[in-house]
Amino acid sequence: MEIKKGDWVQIHYIALNPEERVSHLPEDTKKVPFEVRIKGFLEDEKAEIGDIVTIKTPIGRIVKGKLEKVNPRYEHNFGEPIPELLKVNKDKLPLSRDRGEKPLS
Amino acid sequence: MDKSYKAVMERQIEIIKKSVGLDYNRFEIEGISFDYEKMMNESGFSIEEIERIQKETGVGNTPLVELKNINNLIKKLSDKGKGARIFVKDEQTNPSGSFKDRRASISVYMAKKLGYEGVIAATSGNYGAAVASQAAKRGLKSIIIQECFDSRGVGQPEILEKERSCAAYGSEVVQVSVGPELFYYTLLLLEETGFFNASLYSPFGIAGIETLGMEIANQTKEFTGKFPDVVVSTHAGGGLTTGTARGLKKAGAFSTKVIGASVDLRGLHMASDKDFNRKSFTTGHTGFGIPFAVFPDRSDVPRNAARVLRYMDRYVLVTQGEVFYMTELLAKLEGLQRGPAGNTSLVAAFALAREMNEDEIIVVNETEYTGAGKLPSAQLTFAKENGIQVILGDPIKDDIPGERIVIPEDPSQIDYIEIPMSQLKESYINQLIKRLGKTDFTQKEIQFISEEIREDEDSVINLIKKVKEETL
Repeated sequence: MEIKKGDWVQIHYIALNPEERVSHLPEDTKKVPFEVRIKGFLEDEKAEIGDIVTIKTPIGRIVKGKLEKVNPRYEHNFGEPIPELLKVNKDKLPLSRDRGEKPLS
Repeated sequence: MDKSYKAVMERQIEIIKKSVGLDYNRFEIEGISFDYEKMMNESGFSIEEIERIQKETGVGNTPLVELKNINNLIKKLSDKGKGARIFVKDEQTNPSGSFKDRRASISVYMAKKLGYEGVIAATSGNYGAAVASQAAKRGLKSIIIQECFDSRGVGQPEILEKERSCAAYGSEVVQVSVGPELFYYTLLLLEETGFFNASLYSPFGIAGIETLGMEIANQTKEFTGKFPDVVVSTHAGGGLTTGTARGLKKAGAFSTKVIGASVDLRGLHMASDKDFNRKSFTTGHTGFGIPFAVFPDRSDVPRNAARVLRYMDRYVLVTQGEVFYMTELLAKLEGLQRGPAGNTSLVAAFALAREMNEDEIIVVNETEYTGAGKLPSAQLTFAKENGIQVILGDPIKDDIPGERIVIPEDPSQIDYIEIPMSQLKESYINQLIKRLGKTDFTQKEIQFISEEIREDEDSVINLIKKVKEETL
């Protein structure tokens, strides 16, 4: 797929390498870099995944980084039905039949 | 310009000064002490002005709803004469779906008034969306910086959803990996852009919440003829509880008890790359609740306006499984799909109501909207994918943060864990000694601590002595 100027893309770069990070970190975090991801419109005429490119963000800021994704999709979803929660069944709760009709006074 | 961690942190004071629109030096007294009330009064607005500013962008004036079916259930589970009535303040009706719009509305208004071109907020969630939404309304640019991914590039559904939300409002979303360097990166962007720091912890951010407290007081009185006996708010950084308590007082509700509730995530390290995706709650948990209560000035402004020990009467913890269960109950019994953050305080209220008398009133401070990434199904699917066990059982007994989420089998198992206020107060003194190296305190500092933790000066002196003996 040809990626061209004006395409909506995501870039990635390392802001701090492990040795540049703040000293008081848990051991697992200490070993990994501090990374940044930003989305914007490609400024380069054309590019390929993995190229170092320039983007213009929605507010017009110019940022450079490694091209990671084109038209990155929103990946969160509703998840799967959770059997443990499906068991929360109002018929098993001690409620009166006329619930909601009269306010408690 | 040197962008290294060290160089940027050395420029910290200068960067913050330019970006907060407020000279904090005016409130300093001596050492650790500063004039909190002066800061709130001189930098803030009258509550009438706040109402006017919020009305301009459709913020506030949200409904107060009685949870009649849940109240009915509580009564059936309670001893005779017990079972307080719960009302909930439905904050999802704000423009971006949470109480955070109140906070953002004043910060963004100030940014516009002071002539800034844009605003920056560092946040993983609702506050980012609120800032983005308010900035859109006032024609300002916005950058939202969110701690989003672990080192595998995996992001929590709730945070990813919020990214989409901020992007929808036209923001630039800067997603960073796990770590406290979020603060460093925020400074870097404030410096580069010259934008306004729409900090959660400025007096503007807190003043915006005061209308919430005032509305709760007035609406409860309208419905029931009296002010609430208890207001339970989900406690994270402290702004919600602080602002609400101030608003309650401004409405005259002096005897209303303010109770903070957080999700128990004790044992999980908030800066750990591995722990990051082993928690289902990105806010309203002990990872914020405890450190911000006991050392508020760990924030991104010189003096944090959210100082919860000045206002909180009790602090209780609930478990992740209980919050998910309560989210189901709220939807199935009340027809309100909300959460999860606000449902933290609803869990606490449910348990507290059973201990209170039936003529007493509890207001659950707030709801928030819910969407794909915030649903229990999304959160629990993600938890399972990350190796967390999800079981039915006794939540208080069997819960292990980061390992096991326990959904109650029965609503009678809904309970809370009390964290004594005395423990938080001691910890406050401990933090001054540990972080600031304070061993001697002047009279003015003692007086300040006395106001901060609501203990008389002699008790403060004794407490300092006790903590010093234990730690030094």
